[in-house]
Amino acid sequence: MKKVEAIIRPDRLDAVMDGLTGIGYPGVTITEVRGHGKQRGIKHQWRGNEYTVALIPKIKVEVVVLDEDVPRTIDVVVRASRTGNIGDGKIFVTEVEEAVRVRTGDNGFNAI
Amino acid sequence: MGECRIETHVQSRRRLYRAILASAIILVVIFCVGSLAMAGDPSGARTGNSSDVKIDSKAKPSDQGSALLDEVGHTRISLNFVWLFLGAILVFFMQAGFALLETGLCQKKNALHVMMTNFMIFGIAVIGFYILGFAIMFGGFGPLVNFGGKAILSKEVTVGGWGLIGGQGFALGGASYDVGIFIFFLFEVVFMDTAATIPTGAMAERWKFSAFCVYGLFMGAIAYPIFGNWVWGGGWLAQLGTKAGLGHGFVDFAGSTVVHAMGGLAGLMGILVLGPRFGKFKKNGTPRAIPGHNIPIAIVGTIILVFGWFGFNSASTLNAGDLRFAIVATNTLLASCFGAVAAMLFMWRKTGHPDPSMSANGCLAGLVAITAPCAFVSSWEAAIIGTIAGVLVCVAVFTLERRFKIDDPVGAVAVHGINGLWGGLAVGIFADGTYGAGWNGVPGTVRGALYGGWSQFAAQLIGVATVIVFACTAFYLFFRIQDRIQGIRVAPEAEVGGLDDAEMGVPAYTEEVSDLYIGVQ
Repeated sequence: MKKVEAIIRPDRLDAVMDGLTGIGYPGVTITEVRGHGKQRGIKHQWRGNEYTVALIPKIKVEVVVLDEDVPRTIDVVVRASRTGNIGDGKIFVTEVEEAVRVRTGDNGFNAI
Repeated sequence: MGECRIETHVQSRRRLYRAILASAIILVVIFCVGSLAMAGDPSGARTGNSSDVKIDSKAKPSDQGSALLDEVGHTRISLNFVWLFLGAILVFFMQAGFALLETGLCQKKNALHVMMTNFMIFGIAVIGFYILGFAIMFGGFGPLVNFGGKAILSKEVTVGGWGLIGGQGFALGGASYDVGIFIFFLFEVVFMDTAATIPTGAMAERWKFSAFCVYGLFMGAIAYPIFGNWVWGGGWLAQLGTKAGLGHGFVDFAGSTVVHAMGGLAGLMGILVLGPRFGKFKKNGTPRAIPGHNIPIAIVGTIILVFGWFGFNSASTLNAGDLRFAIVATNTLLASCFGAVAAMLFMWRKTGHPDPSMSANGCLAGLVAITAPCAFVSSWEAAIIGTIAGVLVCVAVFTLERRFKIDDPVGAVAVHGINGLWGGLAVGIFADGTYGAGWNGVPGTVRGALYGGWSQFAAQLIGVATVIVFACTAFYLFFRIQDRIQGIRVAPEAEVGGLDDAEMGVPAYTEEVSDLYIGVQ
């Protein structure tokens, strides 16, 4: 089991969810997060003074999938969230040791 | 089971639709029958006629004549009462505008504190004005010609004939227990409240609440009424015409100086004593942006202020039969539009964006500037006054902040202070001589410099200089002394953590899930 964790633009959430629905994802968790990559924030203006918002609002999409589904999942997320501009986000893949379905107590890949 | 429940649901829906249809048909029938009867007066032409005039037809003709005149007089004065009442409640609603505008332009952590100052200034300052302020400001007003003509407010303290303060009508007691005095009080007290609420924006986000409460009493009971007496209460600035031959004396129709410059300059003095918010200026003195937390409510607040301003300026005729109020209202509207557009274009050109909060400031600057001259100028002059105000407010915001290191979170000094002074001067420039006959007891109409009235311009200069000297001296001393006695600024940790938690004991917004977890009690 692997966790695919994608940091995306908030406005790409619909497209990413559509893409994931297309390949039949097991479950998903969405979090509103803030941060920046190499972009180092965006400029705003308040009453004539410019200021930088260093931590930009993003959305983190977390999906836990079977190992063989990882490439497909990544492919779908990348296609849905890429605009080609700075600030498109990142995807991280990590190993998941264990999963438990709270309702039944099932564990391992039965739980996801 | 489940299907059965769905069946019942559909059936009850059908019953509901049938009931709606049946009542609609019944209503249509009632309407048709009702309009056929025609017992009413749908056009309004027959409502209000001689049968509404209370005259004894058996009385002598001369008595009937005087009874008729009584009726006409009563109706006329009644209209003035309604007019002033309408104006008063419109101006009162400006409190909501100020509260939303200032809160929106400040930070989330101080939102409730800013709201509370805007709300409680109403309570505190009105009490001060009721007990002391009204008598000081209008105690020597003379006969209330539009409200029954009684000369109850007739005690003015003078030096060499020049009026300084009034001394009649304390706590609306004694002879002041009179409908004319009460309606006049109602209208005037909301103007005071407008002036008093202006510093809550200028001094926001670091002003100690207990210090603010004392300020509210001082403003409502003493400072505002004294200058007000000089201009509107028959005091020495109003007498510049009759006693010194300067035009019609100092003329301020609805309060560019009396209300707005007074409030704006008080705020400026407060800022000087308070100092800037933490982090407003970098070590090298360049200003940092501290963005407001809710610009949409600031815009709604601005629109509410425009709405209230129609009462502020138009009802200042104090006379429903003075149809000049049509000119006043339209000039008010025009100046606010031109102010908003001028500020928007100025900011767009300068910074690349049609800055929303500065456009709102521009709109208000136009309103502040037209408040004194609104009754004396034509539409094109209102447009010029508003346009200049819109540019002036942007320049003033930048100059005050960048050059003089004045930290005014909402731009109150630039909007009310600077443009209040501009409005006072504008009367002396643009008044076109079509209105103001007998103003301040001087025959003839009010004329500004453009129409040859240079002595009026001189009177305006004196009035504007006086409000600067008076407001700055009174409030600088007041805040300095108050700072020495009780301290007017919050503790640094309270400012950093937010005044809602530190002073109000409750945050403005508790929508976060983690806020709702109250822990083990």
